Amino acid sequence: MKIHESVLKYEEKAVYSLRSLYRRYGYLPYKMSKFEEYDLYVRNKDFLVSDHIITFTDTDGKLLALKPDVTLSIIKNGKDACGVQKLCYNENVYRVTKGAQSFRELMQVGLECIGDIDDYCIYEVIMLAAESLSLISDNYVLDISHMGILSAVIDSLGISDDDKKAILKCVGEKNVHGIDAILCGSSVNSEPLKKLINLYGTPEKVLPELCAIGESIDISSELSSLQIIVALLQKNGFGDHVRIDFSVVNDMNYYNGFVFKGFIESVSAGVLSGGQYDKLMKKMGRSSRAVGFAVYLDMLERLDDTDGGYDVDAIVLYDEKSDLSALSDTVKLLSENGKTIMVQRNLPDDITYKQLLKLNERGVEILENNA
Amino acid sequence: MKTMLNIALPKGRLGEKVLAMFEKSGFECPAIHESGRKLIFENPEKCVRYFWVKPSDVSIYVERGAADIGIAGKDILLEYEPDVYELVDLDIGKCRMAVAGKKDFRDDTTKTLRVATKFTNITKTYYASIGRDIDIIHLNGSIEIAPILGLSDVIVDIVETGATLKENNLDVRETIVPISARLIANKSSFKFKNEMIEKVACALSEFAASEDKK
Repeated sequence: MKIHESVLKYEEKAVYSLRSLYRRYGYLPYKMSKFEEYDLYVRNKDFLVSDHIITFTDTDGKLLALKPDVTLSIIKNGKDACGVQKLCYNENVYRVTKGAQSFRELMQVGLECIGDIDDYCIYEVIMLAAESLSLISDNYVLDISHMGILSAVIDSLGISDDDKKAILKCVGEKNVHGIDAILCGSSVNSEPLKKLINLYGTPEKVLPELCAIGESIDISSELSSLQIIVALLQKNGFGDHVRIDFSVVNDMNYYNGFVFKGFIESVSAGVLSGGQYDKLMKKMGRSSRAVGFAVYLDMLERLDDTDGGYDVDAIVLYDEKSDLSALSDTVKLLSENGKTIMVQRNLPDDITYKQLLKLNERGVEILENNA
Repeated sequence: MKTMLNIALPKGRLGEKVLAMFEKSGFECPAIHESGRKLIFENPEKCVRYFWVKPSDVSIYVERGAADIGIAGKDILLEYEPDVYELVDLDIGKCRMAVAGKKDFRDDTTKTLRVATKFTNITKTYYASIGRDIDIIHLNGSIEIAPILGLSDVIVDIVETGATLKENNLDVRETIVPISARLIANKSSFKFKNEMIEKVACALSEFAASEDKK
């Protein structure tokens, strides 16, 4: 089967190129059923982006749900095996997006690496995240954070769990004045935390400052694995696109270690999100560790302007006197060259085209050339 | 072509104050002072583009990236919970979100409390945090008359001086949270226009701090 690239939508092209990237690194495609038992999501509600789920009753009376998330299904259906299991997927998920109180079907492409995870696995996943972004656009940024460092700094404050939760929210907002408001009146030293939030930039800029924080708080093992991963990314040409940013905050009950988020210029929100989720694995009774990410393809719809806004490459006009055999030959020839052709008797009102052709006794005549 | 920084300003008194802050911090835009009906103003030299929008819409423009940064009241941020960075507390437009009721109102905790407000999310969160059962009545304006007409027991609204409450024979029962104007930034823009946004944030926070000391 031959596919002309021009007929593919931007997201479709992205799906193909991402999937072939993951396959090249040995990630096996994983196809799952559209439905999942509702119970799974109730037990792990906080892991989900939104708690709205489409549910229905199966023929045997079981309550099922249309998947709002892929990772949970992969963990639930997998088994602890020796070595590392590498999976990739592209699936539709059903979520309520913020603001619009209605369900949307969203296409997600992603990968999961489950098992005996070490620094190399983490590097590979983060590298593939960066590579995924580079396939989508040259102008991308991958923000990397380490939950271990963040939680060590927050724990050093010695505050209540409620305050910690509020502080974590402020960290996600880069809201330093909010932290002052939460801690006002208490005598804790919040300087390291505030410094951590204000850190943003390339590893060269941020790592020395992190080392300075490491002098008062013990983050040595986290810091050294961050240095290892970053050095590998730099060595492989991703250094210019990696930023260290502790405002990438995922739920501490599920995530630990590295978390990361990818951004593309001119897309207003993150298009890629991932991290290490050993804690979720443990919650679900699995002994192995895991790291993975997902790319949200719905965000990319607006990036597409490849065809310059034309509906078809050419419109071929004919009339009752035209030779149908010549017409079919013309269309065949053009379409075999990868052109999109629309055959019409009369020029349609609201179709945009690069070329307007007419078939008459002398052959094909070009009436208009727009591109 | 230089990339411009898109700045959403809230229409009204607060917006004027904020604009003055921007201008004093070195991001002036002479065109914005010309009279007319234009809503978008540019100063290519300083790479800034300002536009006036409804105060409650600022966070939407910023969250969706139509504006890179903007100025929004903390009330709006708490109500809509946009996914943005909250970089600086500008320390202006100060007021508080408060519960107010009729002067002679006695809270009967055996009954569901009827609360009229524009800020349903803030109200819900506040009463959930103290475990009180409430009936929210969403109104779009003139909240103060709700308790007077018996539509609600109390109101949750922004209180600046308390003069409007006083005139309507109401008083503040509880302060929920202090409010002031904040500089917010789109999360993606923060990465790609980082230098410029950090410059603005730094200048505004220094300006706010110096005003504070005066």
